[in-house]
Amino acid sequence: MKLAVLETEKCVGCQMCMFACSRRQDEAGLAKSCIGVRSVGGMERGFTVIVCRACEDPPCATVCPTDALVKREGGGVHLDMAKCIGCGHCQDACLIGAIFWDDEINKPMICIHCGFCVRFCPHGVLGIEKKENEFHAEE
Amino acid sequence: MLKNDPLAKVLTVDLSQRTFSVDAREELFDKYIGGTGVGIQLLLEECPEGCDALGADNPIIFAVGPFTGLFPLASKTVALFKSPHTGNLGESHCGGRSAVAMRMAGLGAIVIKGRSDIPIYISIDGHRVHFRDASSIWKMGSFTAGRILREQESGSGFRTMMRIGRGGEALVSYASVMTETYRHFGRLGLGAVFGSKNLKAVVIAGKSSLPVSDTRRYRKLYNEIHQAAVESEVMKKYHDLGTPENIKPLNDFGGLPTRNLKDATFEHADRISGEAFAQNYLGRRLACSHCPVGCIHIAALREPYEDEAYFYRTSMISYDYEPIYALGTMLGISDPQGYLKLMDKVETLGIDAMSTGVVLAWATEARERSLISEKETMGVPLAWNDAAAYIKAAEMIVEQPNEFYRSLAQGVEHAAAIYGGEEFALAFGKNEMPGYHTGPGAYLGYLIGARHSHLDNAGYSVDQKELIKHAMSPEALVEALLHEEWWRQILSSLVICFFARGIYLPETVSRLLSVAGYDLSPDELAGIGRVIHAEKFRYKEKEGFSFDSLRLPGRIFETPSPVPNLTEEYIRRGLAHTRKLLMR
Repeated sequence: MKLAVLETEKCVGCQMCMFACSRRQDEAGLAKSCIGVRSVGGMERGFTVIVCRACEDPPCATVCPTDALVKREGGGVHLDMAKCIGCGHCQDACLIGAIFWDDEINKPMICIHCGFCVRFCPHGVLGIEKKENEFHAEE
Repeated sequence: MLKNDPLAKVLTVDLSQRTFSVDAREELFDKYIGGTGVGIQLLLEECPEGCDALGADNPIIFAVGPFTGLFPLASKTVALFKSPHTGNLGESHCGGRSAVAMRMAGLGAIVIKGRSDIPIYISIDGHRVHFRDASSIWKMGSFTAGRILREQESGSGFRTMMRIGRGGEALVSYASVMTETYRHFGRLGLGAVFGSKNLKAVVIAGKSSLPVSDTRRYRKLYNEIHQAAVESEVMKKYHDLGTPENIKPLNDFGGLPTRNLKDATFEHADRISGEAFAQNYLGRRLACSHCPVGCIHIAALREPYEDEAYFYRTSMISYDYEPIYALGTMLGISDPQGYLKLMDKVETLGIDAMSTGVVLAWATEARERSLISEKETMGVPLAWNDAAAYIKAAEMIVEQPNEFYRSLAQGVEHAAAIYGGEEFALAFGKNEMPGYHTGPGAYLGYLIGARHSHLDNAGYSVDQKELIKHAMSPEALVEALLHEEWWRQILSSLVICFFARGIYLPETVSRLLSVAGYDLSPDELAGIGRVIHAEKFRYKEKEGFSFDSLRLPGRIFETPSPVPNLTEEYIRRGLAHTRKLLMR
């Protein structure tokens, strides 16, 4: 399964998803959040939700010099912390800015598509998309 | 509090010296929690007795609480200062991203002192303060100034941009500070204090982690309060139509102040009701950071340009119950577009919508009664339902081209003392009236509230729920109001939005506090609330507040209110009893 931004026009900018992402990692606050919500040049214009969109051929993984990032089955990428040297190439390669940075350990933070944040989005801006075979597996 | 919680950090900024420092004040946050509780202590420490509210030595205090960033709906920043409007305690609460940004910057409170010799704005990034020249954005409206700062500063999505409009620069005593475009530190003139310091804006950004005592318990408690917030009926009204949902019921109740309270019902209420705005204008909904309710309702107003065909200006303008009352019914405005255009002007100028409406309502009646003439108004034809004239007058309040507009810029109490008409100058404790003519609960509430705000103790709610059904002695009424105000000291020390008071009950607050390292029972919390309230009255008394000097405009006793027996004698008895309970 993968996380999907379904309807940004309904986003009210509450940032409940950002706080949820931190809690999912047994954190409080915003330092570890892998999803971001900011206004599009002022709140009167609405919001943009920034999160990994699980590219078919993820450029962040392509540019990783140490193969620390590899495409994950079902969507997104997997980060091998031990291999990562914190060069930041992945951040540059992601056009939508979905590679967040952990300043404490100088490594990227990327959505793992767990879907936890979806539960806290009050207006269905976020959702889960499942592939055909995933639906069958659950049935 | 938890030992490693950055909440204890207090940032002090000196605008005269362009210096800053950070001190750890665990003892304050341990004893008074945060928000208003810590804020009043810092004000007592920093504000010299009898200082000029527009002088360099009046400090601005901002404070947040332990729940900010930890639990939803604890997203208000409390500001404390000496009010240039009342000459006494100034306290104002603002949402937007302000509280979360402060907390994520690793701060529990900010103290801003001194006065810059040039226009300046400050940018707070974690514990560092950057002083920046604001000459190029001085005299700029609050919307445009925000747009420039947005481009100039980093931290998009993690920051607050508090700024003033021309009203604050011109020292209008009820100027407000705007954040995130549609939220404000309104009432009591924080904007003028900013202006007096040559401070155009304060930008705060941060994204840190917060400690909790037990992460599993934290997540469990979070789910509990979140569930209550999204499922509770008590929060639903703010969610759907927003606060303007109140227009129709208050009108039906007969408590909606209209045309300077000459009436308490408005014949065109249906045209400017929450339902009407939602149906015809609602263009966007917004929320404060970490709030699943999203009560902020924004109208989209499309207006053609008169000088060129096929050009339109589309403005996004907020509407809420109180501004619709003050800039709508109070001025007899029946056209929703008239309200929206006036609101847009007031927002751009950065002046308090409620005070502006009440001031203009008094001026209109003063004109009707020939207490003032076109000479004073400089040709502005103040008349009920004339939105264009009110837009012009709002502009003149900021420009202050003559003595009359200079007096309007100091509030209705001040203007009426010069031009007369005090019996219909609707201010309580010098603060202009909120939108509830419901009965003695509302008026005693405004009068005895530490901020002279309807939000201090919700007297209007006692009218609608209790007094309409059964009579109560003034003594019993003020005791009920004080009880509510004491508990609200705890909510505002935790900086919980008062709209969430129905879910943050004492027992819940006590349990949630455990993960933030506080071991306080509901009874202990009640005790702390009472102490904080007493500290506010210690400040008020020092600055010359007296229950005996409170003015009661005769108008409130003339216009029938839904709760009968609203008499001067009843109110005076209530005040005498409050004085006995609160003053030494």
